Amino acid sequence: MTSDAPEPFVRMRGVVKRYGGVVALDGVDFDVAPGEAVCLAGENGSGKSTLIKILAGVEQPTDGRIEIGGRARARLDPRAAAAAGVLVIFQDFSLFPNLSVAENVAFATELRDGRRLASRRRAREKARAALERVGVDIPLDASVESLPVAHKQLVAICRALASNAKLIVMDEPTTALTEREVASLLRIIRRLKADGVAVVFVSHKLAEVLEVCETVFVLRNGELVARGPAGDFDAASLTRHMTGRDVPQAAPDAADATAPVLLRASGLSKAGAFENVELELRAGEVLGVAGLLGSGRTSLAKALFGLVEPDAGSIEIDGEPVPPGDPVAATRAGVGYVPEDRLTEGLFLAQSIVRNVAVGRLDAHATRGFVDLRALGDEAREWLGRLKVKAPDPEAPVRSLSGGNQQRVALARWLARAPRVLILNGPSVGVDVGSKADIHDIVRDLARSGIGVVVISDDLPELLAVSHRILVMRNGRLTDELPGGSVDETELGHRLAS
Amino acid sequence: MSGFWTRNETLVAIVIVGFCAVAAASDPRFLSATTLADLARASIVLGILAVGAMLVLVSGGIDVSFTAIAVFAMYATTVLTLGTVPDLPWPAIFLISIAIGAALGAVNGLFIAGFGLPTLIVTLGTLSVFRGALLTFVGSERISSLPPEMRGFSRAMIARGTTEAGSFYAVPLAFGALVLVVALTWFILNRTLLGRSIYAIGGSVESARRIGIDVRRTQFFVYVYVGALAGLAGIIHGALGRMSDPFSLVGLELSVIAAVVLGGARLTGGHGTVTGTLLGVALIVLVQNSLIVVGVPSTWQSVVIGFLILLGTGLPAWQAKRAREAAA
Repeated sequence: MTSDAPEPFVRMRGVVKRYGGVVALDGVDFDVAPGEAVCLAGENGSGKSTLIKILAGVEQPTDGRIEIGGRARARLDPRAAAAAGVLVIFQDFSLFPNLSVAENVAFATELRDGRRLASRRRAREKARAALERVGVDIPLDASVESLPVAHKQLVAICRALASNAKLIVMDEPTTALTEREVASLLRIIRRLKADGVAVVFVSHKLAEVLEVCETVFVLRNGELVARGPAGDFDAASLTRHMTGRDVPQAAPDAADATAPVLLRASGLSKAGAFENVELELRAGEVLGVAGLLGSGRTSLAKALFGLVEPDAGSIEIDGEPVPPGDPVAATRAGVGYVPEDRLTEGLFLAQSIVRNVAVGRLDAHATRGFVDLRALGDEAREWLGRLKVKAPDPEAPVRSLSGGNQQRVALARWLARAPRVLILNGPSVGVDVGSKADIHDIVRDLARSGIGVVVISDDLPELLAVSHRILVMRNGRLTDELPGGSVDETELGHRLAS
Repeated sequence: MSGFWTRNETLVAIVIVGFCAVAAASDPRFLSATTLADLARASIVLGILAVGAMLVLVSGGIDVSFTAIAVFAMYATTVLTLGTVPDLPWPAIFLISIAIGAALGAVNGLFIAGFGLPTLIVTLGTLSVFRGALLTFVGSERISSLPPEMRGFSRAMIARGTTEAGSFYAVPLAFGALVLVVALTWFILNRTLLGRSIYAIGGSVESARRIGIDVRRTQFFVYVYVGALAGLAGIIHGALGRMSDPFSLVGLELSVIAAVVLGGARLTGGHGTVTGTLLGVALIVLVQNSLIVVGVPSTWQSVVIGFLILLGTGLPAWQAKRAREAAA
């Protein structure tokens, strides 16, 4: 810190947090000035969530000093932190879906003021004032469950403002937003800053928020590894600090154009989703399908696996036709599908990690309806090892894993079945930078071993990093085919949006 | 607000009006003060129980033990009064029953709010325990000679008279209790922060904790309040039936929950209104008492009620699904 910097609103010095023998934070310093926007970056497990929880009073530090608003805070609980003006907007927004916008905004302040009687009028006044401060218009009486995600986020921001927030901490604020919504969020953040409200972004989707931030803090393994003006960082240097290594953007090796065709779709159409799709996937090839949300990419992915029944067209695996709309037949033919939303479609969250992998192999270890559990478990554990799933206990529920490790579990389940064709829909959605690179390595290795992989994504650097060929999907049609090695991100982006 | 026409309340109200129109067309005598008074009388116990059950559903739980609480409170109060001060005035008798109900509700509250156990499992357990304890320790014989004040209460009427057609009608004083319960519950739910906290907890327990709602205290209040209402409903049931029967009431809980769900409360919590609950009760009472008027044999009662539940909860759910798909 330089001497002419404004007096910080939050000053944390030498903060240490130990959970049993594990050091989550190891002497971290952190400052935020009034009206400043700060980006707190770090991979999953870097300690950034712990730091936020300590700031919000949810967790108590093992050691270190915290000052908020110039006053030392020996013991901070959530109420004290909120009273001091520190409000955290969690990723799930912590709203009440069944209550109105006005009530959601006003509830916490009504509680804090010790009110016993509820007043709709007072709630509406508070909500209107908060919405005016962020400069947006949301119907006050609408129930929050009827709002789009971006509006829910605004309601959460308004709630923080209504509680006299001087510092708003936003956990992964851009994950669920479209590009336009991110732009409008950044506009609101600028407005809040001008209003003297400080903002901390906790994120691993970095480039988007860098432009409104003055300062960047990077955590790795519980230590502060970099801090400085936002202008000194770019996406590449941030990634390097976060992971401690250069993540290679290696172009894939050329695919073998003489390899046999594994998957062929001809004339595939589905009203309102995709039209006349033709594609071929050869053994050892990674085929990228680039499409924005609403381009029909997810319906196409599902149709290839039989989860969506097309109106017309046919699908062949190894030259053999597969009945459309029948995922069981597709699985038998050697197709695997890892959905974009693994939380609701891909994994049994409450079940153990091992079971999640083993479920794909039940039939292989069963004789006359009885399952050899030991062999099943051993095989599952072997795959977990091969995919480097970091799990302290393979019997723990999948829910307890980070996004990157969950995705590896989903992959392991299919790989255990030795598929011929693997369809990956958004393979690195919600996965941190380091795991993302690992997943790309896995995809490239799979192709090298002769599996055909279809990667469907709107993450262009990802497609460029793994694909031999890229098909561009727009409004349900495949409009372009580009060779993976020779195209750059800007070019691809143009074709996608134009 | 989204769609007056797609709300459960509206749907149920339309069905009620339709039912009455058909009934009136089949038998002109249906539209009379006598019918109305009979329906009002039949809604008292069901209505008080339903308001309580609705409160639990709003908080995100489910209670199946309230009928056992009601019958326990009723029978224990009768036995206690007859054995000590048989001439106790009826308001005191009622207070005893309400207090017993609240105490049993507190047992539910202790397990649910205190130990964080699932509501269905706890109340399934206490349903059995309360009823078994009643029959084992308090008594299992029907008492038909009630304390004189209870008999007096059952004869007290808010309104009585004879219609022009010459049929007699009477609305018992107990209907006033339903009115009071409805007014009080409406006030708590809509005008107090405690009531809004019940909705908030039903919407998201985690969010409620994060903004500083005392979830345990709120849940405890819900189960004690519901217990108290059950105690009140129980003693009214005994007084109006002029008999304290330890085998009555239990078994009614699913009809009550059906009425509440019909009125728009969701089993997933966070949704439910007093108005909707009353409409649901009115419809169920109407079907139970007047099906015969429109020419449907009374054996069809439960079929019709079941069908109404499927329609009443299925239609809004289907509309919501279509709306979601249209948005996706």
